Amino acid sequence: MSAGVVTKERTVTAMVAGQPYLDLPEDLYIPPEALEIFLATFEGPLDLLLYLIRKQNLDIVNIPIAQITKQYMVYIEVMSNFQFELAAEYLLMAALLAEIKSRMLLPRQVNTEDDEEDPRAVLVRRLQEYERIKKAAEELNEIPRMERDIFLATIDTSSVSVHKPKPEVQLQDIVSALQGVLRRVDQLSHHTITKEVLSVRERMVAIMAKLEGCDSLLFARFFTYQEGRAGVVVAFLAILELSKAELIEILQAEPFDELSIRARVGVGND
Amino acid sequence: MTKQSSEPVQQVNKKIKRIVEALLFATEQPMSVAQLQAVFPELERPERVTIEAAVGALCDDYRSQAIGLHKVASGYRFQVKTDMAPWVARLFSEKPPKYSRALLETIAIIAYQQPVTRGDIEEIRGVSVSSQMIRTLLDREWIKVIAHKEVPGRPALYGTTRQFLDYFNLDSLDSMPPLEALQALALEGELDV
Repeated sequence: MSAGVVTKERTVTAMVAGQPYLDLPEDLYIPPEALEIFLATFEGPLDLLLYLIRKQNLDIVNIPIAQITKQYMVYIEVMSNFQFELAAEYLLMAALLAEIKSRMLLPRQVNTEDDEEDPRAVLVRRLQEYERIKKAAEELNEIPRMERDIFLATIDTSSVSVHKPKPEVQLQDIVSALQGVLRRVDQLSHHTITKEVLSVRERMVAIMAKLEGCDSLLFARFFTYQEGRAGVVVAFLAILELSKAELIEILQAEPFDELSIRARVGVGND
Repeated sequence: MTKQSSEPVQQVNKKIKRIVEALLFATEQPMSVAQLQAVFPELERPERVTIEAAVGALCDDYRSQAIGLHKVASGYRFQVKTDMAPWVARLFSEKPPKYSRALLETIAIIAYQQPVTRGDIEEIRGVSVSSQMIRTLLDREWIKVIAHKEVPGRPALYGTTRQFLDYFNLDSLDSMPPLEALQALALEGELDV
């Protein structure tokens, strides 16, 4: 078990069934450095077994189990000496081979109703199955394939100007979309009450009050400088409202002249 | 399929033939007859046979050219004729991808024995199949999960895709190289150990 070095000198290579093996099987005379690489090329125990069978030109349908088992065991020993983690599959196969071998040693019952299958048959079937897949994989590797043997012939279409019609949107759709958004925003926003600093209604009353007793007043009289922009806007809105209600008249002496406001005659009558 | 016999002389529409030629060149994916048909506006959509006739005529046109029209599983595509492929390959400094034996054996098992579970693949190969490899095949879209086997654990059943056939230049699973027949067993008693 412990003898690990395979050298040109004849050292014990492996111990199999308590027997020291001085010789490697004929096709196993490989320097140890190469062995690891060599063994790594096997795709598993079936692959290794097939290799042993094919190397020796043995008939797969009638393999000499004893001979193959012996060789396989030597490989396993050597492998476990070099590769610390020997895949469990290899050990499983070793156990299977040992089982078949031991069954072969038992006297065979010559029985007409021999329903028990030859223990080798299962293994041979698996080997055959595997071998034909292995060959199929090799053939698959040979048949022409893209990237290696097949190249597509295409033209560059990036220069082709493609007319992509833009989706048509009606103004109405945009408006209703906006309304939808606004509605949602309304529903989401908190209801807050802010004090109106400048009230239009209040200003309307103030304007009417100012107009009382005078003929007409200039627009500028209805707001103060301190109120700023907001004051102007409120005053303007108030005037528009009053005008709409037909309580006042807006006058302009000449184009671009300042507006003046006058109370309508007969106000308060209706 | 039997268009030659049922339709002895299908008049080839020149315009449609030109359109089909342009379409097949413009796409990188193979196009089926149905896909070619669908490009035409509904009202002037040609019949299947018209498209097939156009494709057939194009095939003839390219017979002596360095590129040709080829049918794969997903449809038709223009490709460089195989005898010119080595020249095209020289254009590319990158080596084409090589696939490991493990991957090729796995895809072979799936292709020939589908639908198969991962367990079936492991049984045939005698080694465990890495999740990584199944992932790679799924990512390449060479295989897909067809169903789940109704046994405990409900393992996925894998099958190959049209992309797999396209990649290997095949138009159906039947055109894969045939599997070798299994030899009959000839076990003889062997007791000398």
